[in-house]
Amino acid sequence: MSEDLSHPLDASDELSADASDDFAVVTRIGHGRLTLRRFFRNKLAVFGLCGLALLILLAIFGPMLTGWDYLEIDKRAFLKAPSSSHWLGTTRTGRDVLALTLHGMSRSLIIGFVAATLSTLLSSTVGTTSAYFGGWVERVLLWVTDLMLIVPSLLIIGVTMRGGLSGNMAWVALAFMLGLFGWMTTGRVVRSLTLSLKNREYVLAAKYMGLPAWRIIIRHILPNISSLMIVDLTLGVGYAVLGETGLSFLGLGVQAPDTSLGTLIGEGAQMAVTYSWIFLSPAAVLVFLVFCINAIGDGIRDALDPSSQSGGAVGRKLRKGKGSAEKQRADAAGVSAGLPGGTGEAGGIVIMEDSATQGGGSQ
Amino acid sequence: MARYIVRRVLNYVVLLFIACSFAYLLAASFLNPYSVYFGRQPPVDPAVIENVMRECNLSAEVSVWNRYLTWLTNIFTHWDWGCSPLRVSVNSDIGIRMWVSLRLVLIGTLGGIVVGVLVGAWTATRQYRIPDRVYTLLSLLVICTPSFVLGIVLQILATKVNDALGTRIFEFVGEKGTVGDYPFAELVDRMQHLLLPTLVLILLTSASLSRIQRNLMLDSLGADYVRTARAKGLPKSKAVMKHALRTALIPTGTYVAFTVATMFVGAIYTERVFSFPGMGQYSVDAILAMNVNGIAATTAFAGVCVVCGAILSDIVVAILDPRVRLGR
Repeated sequence: MSEDLSHPLDASDELSADASDDFAVVTRIGHGRLTLRRFFRNKLAVFGLCGLALLILLAIFGPMLTGWDYLEIDKRAFLKAPSSSHWLGTTRTGRDVLALTLHGMSRSLIIGFVAATLSTLLSSTVGTTSAYFGGWVERVLLWVTDLMLIVPSLLIIGVTMRGGLSGNMAWVALAFMLGLFGWMTTGRVVRSLTLSLKNREYVLAAKYMGLPAWRIIIRHILPNISSLMIVDLTLGVGYAVLGETGLSFLGLGVQAPDTSLGTLIGEGAQMAVTYSWIFLSPAAVLVFLVFCINAIGDGIRDALDPSSQSGGAVGRKLRKGKGSAEKQRADAAGVSAGLPGGTGEAGGIVIMEDSATQGGGSQ
Repeated sequence: MARYIVRRVLNYVVLLFIACSFAYLLAASFLNPYSVYFGRQPPVDPAVIENVMRECNLSAEVSVWNRYLTWLTNIFTHWDWGCSPLRVSVNSDIGIRMWVSLRLVLIGTLGGIVVGVLVGAWTATRQYRIPDRVYTLLSLLVICTPSFVLGIVLQILATKVNDALGTRIFEFVGEKGTVGDYPFAELVDRMQHLLLPTLVLILLTSASLSRIQRNLMLDSLGADYVRTARAKGLPKSKAVMKHALRTALIPTGTYVAFTVATMFVGAIYTERVFSFPGMGQYSVDAILAMNVNGIAATTAFAGVCVVCGAILSDIVVAILDPRVRLGR
């Protein structure tokens, strides 16, 4: 990739530093290094990365530090405010809120990662195949996408969870359901990107050399949309976490005795006004977690986007509008969901998280 | 354009039919309406339960496929969407609740749109200055906060304020409460109950919309025609308002069109937190109460709203934006 061509200022900045030492040696920075540098220049993104790392460490090692197991019941402490033995208080059944929060956080995180991975896999597969093959494959896949957009995912996931799936492994099913209903919007974006790639010379050359379609898709098309997929994966974790906590809050997701941040918030919500600690700690963790994930996602997107200036101070005055990159953020951010049906670009419309039954995500 | 719309509507009708059938079949085979009567004191005679289930087309002794056919026939012949396992008609339930949802969501959504557009457009003209940074951070924070968390936090704060003042200024349970005895008492009471949920909706809607509007506005502020307008000597405020903002409002227009139709669907979490008996609450209750017919009807209702919104927004964008031609 001719990345430094599109970053004349960034690149020359790095080049001149080396050039002053020795004119003969010119260090070129690869695309990966450049992206990393741009990412780490972004304070909010670095903050998010540190925060997420901290939360993951807490989820792994935290339970060893609290002294209480999340299933353990302290019969001498029902609904007790934070104290020295229970740092964040106890619930109505005498379970330690800190231990519950830590367990719930790891549960929510795992669900988020599984669901986001699945939906990214689905969206890239459906998007690329439908655009690459065209014809009836495209028609069928587009039609399925439209259908899935119309079905209120929250209801469907809720019915499935309420109907048959319960017990300790219910979260696996929940994660898969969330992934299954989270790919449609990105799938449409991937499709339109693939449409513009599939007639490029190198794709045609590979085709005429007799490469099978799946190889062309994996070797020549996917790498070119990989930045979108990475961003989608990161932000997808945040949406899956929100979707999971929402369903669990309504009592349609992770069920007791297992717990997630949403289950815990749902439990605390009933008494939030009088016994606020049960609600406050999982809620604070949830908001912080999603904030970190979104900050990382935004940071990666800006770092990968050649036209974005938020990663570097050089050349800020040159461009005013941030253009398509930020619009894609809005898309990826799930605040907008492509509409089912026809016009594609013209029909791109925003669906708010809360206003429609659509989207086990956030909504 | 008419032909194009008719074709799309037909396509949507087919999609909707499949979506509802899928929802019905899934709910009918996964949920067990009999459990509503379990554990009652005194216990209900199984024969009585079976009779009720037969009457409501929920009986497990009839095959799912036959129940599905009966369900379809009832809808197409009498427009009867069935009843819940407790024999409450789905038609009348939804008929009442959609208006509750509308009353809740109307001010919140419209207010959120206005605030979002204003904040977004204003911060775009101040890109990377302190107000922009502050609003960006705040809106990111709100976007990361689920509505149920936001709602409960507001409830906790409101209780603190109520206690401090010794009167109940903020009400947060249901649509209306005890009405006092003064002129417009009922209106005041309703407004008190609406205040907090509306605030939640305004915050959520405006946070995400302001991000989008800011980016749209940045795009159009950097556009050639705005520079041309400035170069011709137009004052900055005029160039911003008449040239940049107007173009940047087109996508928002489509969003508004879409929202108007989906307002009836309600807001699940906000209704839940503030105990508003609207459509969002109904859909969750339907699942919890094994109300198979209610779930299918909610799916259909939400689907119709979304489809209407989609078509409406397509028409609006075609009217607002001369570059868009429908029916290619």
